[in-house]
Formats: sequence, structure tokens, C-alpha cells
Amino acid sequence: MTKSKKKLEVWTAVSIVLLLAFLLFLVYPMFGLLKQSVISTDGQFTLAEFSKFFSKTYYTGTIVNSMKVTLAVTAVSLILGVPIAYFYSFYKLKGAKVLFVLSILCSMSAPFIGAYSWIMLLGRNGVVTKFLESLLHISVGSIYGFKGILLVQSLKFFPLVFIYMNGAFKNIDNTLMEASANMGCTGVRRLFRVVLALSMPTILAASLMVFMQAFADFGTPMLLGEGYKTFPVLIYDQYLGETGQNYNFAAALAVIAIAVTAIVFFFQKWATSRFKFSMNALHPVEKKEAKGLGGLLMHLYCYILVAIAFMPQLYIIYLSFRNCSGAVFKPGFSLGNYQAAVKKLLVRSIKNTTVLGVLSLAVIIVIAVLIAYLVVRRSSVLNNSIDTLSMLPYIMPGAVIGLALLIAFGKKPFALTGTLTIMVIALVIRRLPYTIRSATATLMQISMSIEEAAISLGASKAKTFLQITVPMMANGILSGAILSWVAIVTELSSSIILYNNKSITLTMSTYVAINRGNYGLAAAFAAILTVVTTVSLIIYMAVSKSEDVSL
Amino acid sequence: MSNNISIKHALKKYGENVIIPDLSLEIKEGEFFTLLGPSGCGKTTLLRMIAGFNSIEGGDFYFSDRRINDLDPAKRNIGMVFQNYAIFPHMTVRKNVEFGLKNKKLPKDEVAKQADKFMKLMHVDEYADRLPERLSGGQQQRVALARALCIEPDVLLFDEPLSNLDAKLRVEMRSVIKNIQHSVGITTVYVTHDQEEAMAVSDRIAVMNAGVIQHVGTPKNIYQRPANLFVSTFIGRSNVLAAKLAVENGETWVVMPSGYRAKMDHVQDQYRREQDIQLSVRPEEFQLNRDASAGGISATVDDCVFLGLMTHYFVHLESGEEVEIIQESSIDSIIQPGSQIKLTLNTEKVNVFTADGSANILTGVCNDCAAG
Repeated sequence: MTKSKKKLEVWTAVSIVLLLAFLLFLVYPMFGLLKQSVISTDGQFTLAEFSKFFSKTYYTGTIVNSMKVTLAVTAVSLILGVPIAYFYSFYKLKGAKVLFVLSILCSMSAPFIGAYSWIMLLGRNGVVTKFLESLLHISVGSIYGFKGILLVQSLKFFPLVFIYMNGAFKNIDNTLMEASANMGCTGVRRLFRVVLALSMPTILAASLMVFMQAFADFGTPMLLGEGYKTFPVLIYDQYLGETGQNYNFAAALAVIAIAVTAIVFFFQKWATSRFKFSMNALHPVEKKEAKGLGGLLMHLYCYILVAIAFMPQLYIIYLSFRNCSGAVFKPGFSLGNYQAAVKKLLVRSIKNTTVLGVLSLAVIIVIAVLIAYLVVRRSSVLNNSIDTLSMLPYIMPGAVIGLALLIAFGKKPFALTGTLTIMVIALVIRRLPYTIRSATATLMQISMSIEEAAISLGASKAKTFLQITVPMMANGILSGAILSWVAIVTELSSSIILYNNKSITLTMSTYVAINRGNYGLAAAFAAILTVVTTVSLIIYMAVSKSEDVSL
Repeated sequence: MSNNISIKHALKKYGENVIIPDLSLEIKEGEFFTLLGPSGCGKTTLLRMIAGFNSIEGGDFYFSDRRINDLDPAKRNIGMVFQNYAIFPHMTVRKNVEFGLKNKKLPKDEVAKQADKFMKLMHVDEYADRLPERLSGGQQQRVALARALCIEPDVLLFDEPLSNLDAKLRVEMRSVIKNIQHSVGITTVYVTHDQEEAMAVSDRIAVMNAGVIQHVGTPKNIYQRPANLFVSTFIGRSNVLAAKLAVENGETWVVMPSGYRAKMDHVQDQYRREQDIQLSVRPEEFQLNRDASAGGISATVDDCVFLGLMTHYFVHLESGEEVEIIQESSIDSIIQPGSQIKLTLNTEKVNVFTADGSANILTGVCNDCAAG
């Protein structure tokens, strides 16, 4: 088989190149991070940084804070998201599609923009706060701290639960519902004992997703936390360096963060393994009419929830057209904020965002397709370890990846800090696990015999891959890619560590403006960002020709 | 153009797991040859070795005089039809059919002409510009067939092509396949687990079990004179009864435990001696006598099923063995369960195997013989 052996070697070469890339851009930085955390500045092995962390409640408290608020967010997201998904999947709601699309938009926006908008609404000088105080003499209490983070993150993440659960409910076969009714189990009892029990794997998957994203979210607690400091904020503070450019303590914190997320990840895997079954409905559940008082309450619940979640985005767009000087919005409307934005690197931000997004996305798609092909069609120890390696970033908070890359490539021979290259690397590493999952799932559904048919018709292996395999994967990859694009555009947690004035993005410009108290400017940047994500998602729905989103 | 296929001492292993230990086979030029066997018997594995999708651990494969063991699957000039059709979903019917022709680097107008010819032949020309997802299973399989045929392959391979179709379409498509094969005359290897389908389409059938060919012959021969007990029970239904062979005055008799005797004239000379045997009787090879006092094997009717043309009787013998009998339905009343009856054998048709079931001891068995 001289000919096919040569082809096999091409794929072996691809495997090796990918492995080397992962070793250089993932394993080496992680190793550097670990090393930085246990080797002191004078080259001695020490656990001093870890004992420093565990000896002060100021530090350990941040873990407790993070855990508390993240668990609360996960629980509230489930409590908000499961009912809306249930109503949406089992009843004919009026304007159901609008509800779904708005929910997706909410979940895709940058979290800190939501936080910022809520400050404008409910903060010390927020419109709603002032309105309630002056007219009704009601004090709404402080939005800062635990409550604020819980509010903003729950409203941001319940749509994730909604999207996940909708997928699960759709796979419940109607005959299962009828069978349980036959055996006398209906109504609420059936909801808990059949519907939710059947959806348990998805509930757990959604919980993990919400937990990981909420735990790693940096923007929201940074803006809203004030005294309530969470772990990612602590990492960022330490990286900024109270004692100069010594990253040792920050590195130790990053290692602890990975440990925490890894424990949660494996706990979730263990929990999921107890519900190992899959469903595929031959007869999907037929949606019932939502009538009477119950139907009215359902509609009210769904509309009010989505309206509250979507309000911040609309409010930001409204604010962006208001006159503003510094942190104070004045009466009247103008394009002043946008004019200020143009002066403040708007063009550069948009250019960088576009270049970063396109470049990262291209790299992500190529690598994801190759890895999916290697894993599904040429399974081997080497290829499976590449796959496992590529999944590692899934459990790494963005700030940790940013920090690791900074330590690895901040000095010669790879002085990449502040370049677009290092940001591309960070974004590729961050988003790759998701795209690989969807590419692998797509390829698994493509029967091997289609490729064999092409080969038996005289097509070479390369031609078969490019003309048959890749086009058939295209739909699955493309829809995943647009979601990755949105995630890349709204990325904050790793970029904040890696960016500088030259590689500034739209998201970073927004954040900087908020941080400096240029609220009008921030609103303009945020509004542009919101429009970009909205347009991307509309394209996504047009391309995938469905209202479904798989994350 | 067409080739004979010659397989010599083929060996297939997955790690230490031997799928096909040592298989030799001659498939004649222009022949419709079927590999038939239960799932896991290695028939698809063998087909994929011919196609080049499975590695060959030992032995030689020839298309005519060309050894193809090391030939790239893309260069074997094979037309293959798959169980799940394997139609490219992102290409129109025309693009699918033209795919193989374009790989041959034929001039453009010739590609179109050839594709048109075969789309017409398979009656899919009216769907030429449709995407396959809008075609039914039967139409998709016609497209697959047109695509495989239009490259004018040396060998045509079918991997259970009809098993995804419904029963009615299956019958229709198998005559389509058979007629097309006869008109183009390309050597064809066809894999199926459905014996009726195999009988309907094949010139010759190889019955496989556990990676070993049990019997190669015409459909008629493997049904009427199966080479061993496995073939006898796998092809059609057979009642297997323990009995003895007795030789008296130069005549050979089958003796049942109940004492019933039947003269067997066509036992091979080498087997004409006293021995334990296994008697294989198809349900239609029993003669049923309602008169319990007549001669024959005593039996009691347990159940009967009237199916119009035929009536099936489920009976048990004195020895306790359960037997199925099929009789043409008669106008008088059906024999009621519990009735005592007598059975005799149609000695011309029944088969007699050695006690271990490994060989048919009657004359007329034709396993891979020239007479076909």
C-alpha cells in the first residue's frame, strides 16, 4: 500500500504539528504558571505563595465569595430558566420565537455591559433608584456586592439554561408522556418524576456551563463587587501587582483557580455518569394551547423575565445617544458620545476586533476540523491525547489563560505581549474546546461509507477530505463558528491581561471607558458592541436555518 | 472489460482476533455472486477487502491477472453500492453521478453524456438537479446505482443495498439490480443476510459462517442439497432429527428411534455403513397421514396455522422432538390440535448428514463444482 502509506504519513505529520502547537501554546504556559507559583524569585522551591493565600482570610474569603455567589447564580439560573424552557417547549406561547431570540441575545452579550447598565438603572444614581426614592420613598437597597452580582449574572445566564433545556425537552418522546399518563402520573408529578428526571443529564450540563462561566466572569464582580471581592478579581489585582512585577502570587492563585474548576468539572462528570442515557424522540411532544389563567400567568412570566433580562441592552443603546459629560448624563440627545468614541480609538478598536475575530476564527475552524477528523476517523493514542489536551482550557478561567500566556511569552525568546498574536493565541485556546466538540459531533453523524464511496469512485484521499468531508461538516461548523465569533468579540477576562493601547478591542475600549468614568463614551462603545453581536446572531440564525442554538 | 475475481488463502485479523482464517474463492467473469451468511460471519469484511477499505493480512486477491492487494482503493475501478446509499448530501443527483467520471478526467461533454445515459437507465433523470435529501430511499439507491455503474467499473460491489428499504421496495429493487447486472454483464459481488433476496438475484451463492465458506453453489443446489447441516438450517427451515443409517442386503435405510424405516437409494458409496446420522427434513418434505393406524412416525398435533395457500402444523413426535410441517391447504377440515397422526418422509428430497453435521452423505451435493 505504498500510495496510501504516503497519505497516512501526511495525517501523522498533521498530528505531530498539532501536538507541538499544543505543547508550545498550552502545556508550556501552564507549566510556566505552575513553576512561577512554586519557585521564588531567587530560584528556590517554595510553597510560600500558597501558605500566604491560605493563611489570610482576606484571600481565602474570595474563594468563599466566588463559590457562594456562583452556586447561587447557578441555582437561580436553573429556577428561572427551567420554567421558561418548559413553557416554551410544551405550550404554544404567543411570540415564542421573539422570546427565544431575545434570550439568545441576552446570553451572548458581554456580561460586564449588563453590569454597567444595571448600575445606570439601579446604582446609587440609577434612574430607577432615584425614581423610587423621590416619588415613593422606597429604598431599593444597594445593588453592589453579592446581590448585584447575583442579579446580573442570573439574568445573563438563565438563557443558557433555557437554550439547553429546550434541546432536552424536544428530545422527550410524546409516547413517554402518554405512557406516564396511562399509569396515572400527570401534572406536576409527571413534570418532576418524568420530564425533569429525563432531562437530568442536560440539567447537569447546563449547570456546569453556568457555573464555569459565572465563576470565571471577571467584569461583573469587578464593576459591582466593591467590598465583595471574588477570585478572578483577586487574580487580576495581584497581576496588576501591589509589589511590582512579581507574578508569583498571581500564578499561585491561578493554580488554585484551576484546581477549583477541575474539582467542579469532575464532580459534574461523576454526577452525569449516574444518568447515562440518551433520547431521540420519534414523536416530539405536541405543544398545547396556553389557555385560561394558567396560560396568562405563563405568558406574563416569560415576557417579564425576558424583558427584564433584555432591558439593560436597550437602555445602553438609549444612553449612547444622550448628552453626557464625564460620568453625568444630561438632558437632550446627540451623537456626541459617538464623536468622542471616534476620537478615542473607535476605528482602531473596530479594526482590531475584526482582525482578531476573523484570524482567531479561521485558526479555530482549521484546527477543529483537523482534530475532529483525527479523533473520529483516525483514532489513536496520539490523536486522542491531542483531543484531551485541547479540552483542558474548558476548565480554565480566562484570566488564568491570560496570565499563563503572559508569563510564557512576556519575555524573550517569545516577546509577544501587547501584540495581536498573543491575543489570537489566547482566543484560539479559549474557544477551541467548544468548536472541536461541535465539529466532532458533526463528523460522527457522517457515515464513513460516504467517504468510501468517494474513494471507490476514484477520488484521492485529499480530494475526498476537501470535497466530501469538509463540505458535509460545513453546516455544523459554521453555526458553531458564529457563536465562537460572538464569544471572541465580547471576550474580556483574558484580553484585559494581554491587551495594550495598540491591540485594544471594542470590548476593552468599553471597559476602559467605564473604568475611567466616561459613561457616555462607554455607552457608545457598548451600543456598537451590542449591535455587532445582534447582527452576528441574526446571521447565525439565517445560516443555520433554525431557531436552535447549540453551544 | 469485465474481470473474474480470484481470492487465494485470504486472511483477516483485527489484532489477535481472526475474522477470516483461510478463504479461497473463484468468482467468474460476468457472474452475479452473493456472499450470504448470518451477521458477523465475515461477509462484509471480505467485500471490503475486495474494495480495499479493509487491510489484507494474508493471501492474494486478483482481478483477472492483476494482483490488487496493494492497489489504492481509488485505483481499483470498482463500483460500490452501500447499505445507507452513501449519496453525497451536498451535491445534486447529477453531481453525484458525475463525481466518479470527473475523477477519471474525462472531457466535459463526455461526462455529461455518460451521466445522462445512466440516470436515464436508472430512471432518476427527472431528479437530476435535485438535492438527495428530497428523494425517497428507493430513489436514492437508484442514484447510487447509477453513480456506481457510470464509471464502467471492472467489478460491482453491493453491501446489503436493500436492507434500508421497506419490504415492497426491496422486492422491486432486487429485480432492478438483477436486470441491470444482466444487461451490463459486470462481475458482481453482493452481500446480504437475506436468503430469499440472495436466491432471487444470484447466479451463485457462497454461504459463510464464522469466516469460513460453507457451500458455494447455485440457489437451487444449496437449497436442495446443502453441503452441511449449517447450510441446511440457515437456508430455509429444516427439522433436524437424530436417526441411524442401516445397511441390509446392499440396501441403505434410515431408521428412526421410533422404529420407522425409509429406504435411501442415493447415499454416497463411502458412507454406506451403519452409523448415527442427522436427518434434515424441510417442513414440506413430510407427508402427513390422518389415519393414526397407518404406517409411519407417530405424532401429535399441537397447533395449526391456516395461511391460505399453505397450512402449518406444529407437532411433536413420540421421542418428544418438535417438528414443523407445511401442507398445501386442503378443502376438508383442518386437523385439530390433539389429533394423532402419522408422518412419512419424502426420501427423494430429505437430506442426510453425518452425526456431527459436517457433511451431506447423499449424492448430488455440488460444493464449488464445475457443473455449477
